[in-house]
Amino acid sequence: MSDTQFDLIVVGGGPGGYTAAIRASQLGMKTAIVEKENLGGICLNWGCIPTKALLRSAEVYHLMHRAKEFGLKADNIAFDIEAVIKRSRGVASQLNSGVKHLMKKNKVTVFDGHAKLMPGRKLNVTKDGKTVADLTGKNIILATGARARELPGLEADGNLVWNYRHAMVPKMFPKTLLVIGSGAIGIEFASFYQTMGAKVTVVEVLDRIVPVEDAEISAIAHKQFEKQGMVIKTKAVVKALKRNANDVTATIEQGGKSEDITFERVISAVGIVGNVENIGLEGTKIKVEKTHIVAGPYCETGEPGIYAIGDLTGPPWLAHKAGHEAVICVEKIAGQHPHPLNVLGIPGCTYCHPQIASVGLTEQAAKDKGYQVKVGRYPFIANGKAIALGDTTGLVKTVFDAKTGELLGAHMVGAEVTELIQGYAIAKTLETTEQELMHTVFPHPTLSEMMHESVLDAYGRAINM
Amino acid sequence: MPIELLMPALSPTMTEGKLAKWLKKEGDKIASGDVIAEIETDKATMEMEAVDEGTLGKILVPEGTEKVAVNQPIAVLLQEGESKDAVKAAPAAPKVAPPAPAPAVPAQKAIAPAAPATKPAAPAHGGARVFASPLAKRVAANAGVDLATVQGTGPNGRIVKADVDKVAAGGQRKAAAPRASGPVPDYGQPYKEVPNSGVRKIIAQRLLEAKTTIPHFYLTIDCVIDEIVKVRKQLADDGIKVSVNDFVIKASALALRKVPQANASWTDEAVRLYDNVDISVAVATPDGLITPIVRDADKKGLAAISAEVKDLATRAKAKKLKLEEFQGGGFSISNLGMYGVKEFSAIINPPQVCILAVGKGDERPVVKNGQLAIANVMTCTLSCDHRVVDGAVGAEFLQAFQALIENPLRMLL
Repeated sequence: MSDTQFDLIVVGGGPGGYTAAIRASQLGMKTAIVEKENLGGICLNWGCIPTKALLRSAEVYHLMHRAKEFGLKADNIAFDIEAVIKRSRGVASQLNSGVKHLMKKNKVTVFDGHAKLMPGRKLNVTKDGKTVADLTGKNIILATGARARELPGLEADGNLVWNYRHAMVPKMFPKTLLVIGSGAIGIEFASFYQTMGAKVTVVEVLDRIVPVEDAEISAIAHKQFEKQGMVIKTKAVVKALKRNANDVTATIEQGGKSEDITFERVISAVGIVGNVENIGLEGTKIKVEKTHIVAGPYCETGEPGIYAIGDLTGPPWLAHKAGHEAVICVEKIAGQHPHPLNVLGIPGCTYCHPQIASVGLTEQAAKDKGYQVKVGRYPFIANGKAIALGDTTGLVKTVFDAKTGELLGAHMVGAEVTELIQGYAIAKTLETTEQELMHTVFPHPTLSEMMHESVLDAYGRAINM
Repeated sequence: MPIELLMPALSPTMTEGKLAKWLKKEGDKIASGDVIAEIETDKATMEMEAVDEGTLGKILVPEGTEKVAVNQPIAVLLQEGESKDAVKAAPAAPKVAPPAPAPAVPAQKAIAPAAPATKPAAPAHGGARVFASPLAKRVAANAGVDLATVQGTGPNGRIVKADVDKVAAGGQRKAAAPRASGPVPDYGQPYKEVPNSGVRKIIAQRLLEAKTTIPHFYLTIDCVIDEIVKVRKQLADDGIKVSVNDFVIKASALALRKVPQANASWTDEAVRLYDNVDISVAVATPDGLITPIVRDADKKGLAAISAEVKDLATRAKAKKLKLEEFQGGGFSISNLGMYGVKEFSAIINPPQVCILAVGKGDERPVVKNGQLAIANVMTCTLSCDHRVVDGAVGAEFLQAFQALIENPLRMLL
């Protein structure tokens, strides 16, 4: 094979794409990856990772304000926004070079440029409008990801109205901020800016914030944010944004009433659209619906030998979903027999303060599906470790199928729950029932004991409550 | 960063192998292309060449270790300027393979406990344990589904809830599992056990599969080889030694040109007819049967075929065949004539569709023009895969073969 012919070419170097390339290389395929910007994709460079760095600064800042509670002294507490951003960028860049190293180590050929599908499983790679390579792949995986949705009138301009990317590297720290949309991205930025001292207003079109989560979890988070001083408007719509010289006047409609409020800056986080343009889908049998490629259980598209994974194929838009699809897709290509991805086994994490994490069906969704449910709840206030941490707000909720004992879903809000959820994810993957969870020894004193107690509570057996 | 050397896959089907021998010691300098170890695969002993250069920092898998999984780290190669201490860092790198043993522990010890895990657990009381998730067990109990009838699709065949749901919904139940070689009853006869070599296990597996899944049928024909006997004598007088089997290879090759369906493979979608005539010749080795290939046998002269077969057989017995020398082939020949066997039926060597079993050529009474006479006769039996080769096609092949073998001059045409 020449240098332009590969067993597998991956288009896009995000968490889906680079995982696919590594797995393919492990399975002995000659593999290439084409990335037009940064290896590691949005996740690592402009998403998951740098926001976690920002939120960590916010968390430490928040704790500094609470120093007295812990018997500590801290005066003149302040922050340097430039230094906070610098740290966040540094974290991203460290991981970016980590991915470069992984590509080298796994002998994956990296092409720097924009790839476009050509007939016959070929890819034309261009950089600055000039062709840099013409590649042929026995198989091609499209992993071009997604970007922020732009609603008419709410378009980000990078100055007054930001998308996630602008919000990550602000040139100034706003005193007042409007966040449109309360999904994971919106609420994380709302939480960051609120904690750092901005006066934040969140507008959500649905009847509650973080609407994909269990209603009980939404309600607890809502109450906590309001306690922190955040203004939350649900069932509300931003009708218009008037961009002034140094601020923005938003027309917000709620309950049939309309009001104009002025904010220094606005973050638009109204959803995600797939990157389906300019990658050569036109004239192929690859189907696109609602800006996402339609892919089968093994990520196959309508075009033989061409696959699509990750955000490009639709929700949940999560890095770990992309990475898992990558492995399934590559193993299928290699002739192995992977199971298709079970969406209900994918945990979701939101790193606001308090954190939110969940896996599987919400209580309502389980009931809607006709399950007879047993629900367990355990509050943070009853957990020794939570009290010692000084983080006593939160809940661990479990939903079981009364008939089979299947763990249908788990929903948590509170300190460190994003690190706890994977315990339930393993339980779901192994198909444990309530029995195995009850028989598992949870160490004391940890927050994870709440996971045990919540299961016990579902069967009326909670010990410490 | 030290480079981990991984157990190579020396054939497409190889999943594990025996690390037969290390040809380099720890501390030896390695150049790219150096042969560093011998790996025994299911078919042969192969040489492992170094891709990168450096110093062999640490051997992780001692020689003589069996069942080393493909891609398992077997040694660490240090690059220029790296000290042995760097080895410590290497195994920490994320890997799918099981973590390499810590350098402080002697490698042999660290490997040992891992070995029993690769062996299947002995079934208690001879009954097979059913692996199923707790949820699958409960769902099965609720639905009254017997787990023994459920085909598991989880890791290692573990039954998961979806498998039970499928059966409960009236889906396909597991076909009665083909009786694997169960425990052999012990009636108190004294015995000794000879551990199965990799080759022996592969032969067992392939032949069981071939005999139980290919619809075999057999066609037998007698060939008068008086002419061959005569030609061989003339050649021998000139100092040229050619065996009857060399004639059989050449005649088969030419006959395959006439009847290409016998030089083929079955796939679910199509019958694959091979462009070249590559003939596998069965060679007995102490470890078992191996079938090196005489390529383009139709285009080669008898002397060339003869020399090639001799060379292949010698190297096969010494386990020195290269992969491409015994993988492939479109047709097989098995000759037991030298043992005095008159005739026999062979098992097809998949993915081929025919094998010719050749018996001893000896003097037999024949009837010629109403008169009893004596002729040298050799009985050949063709085993055919009926999915590809129908009776008439097999017969056509034998007819063509017979015409050539009885009139060796025609092989010159």
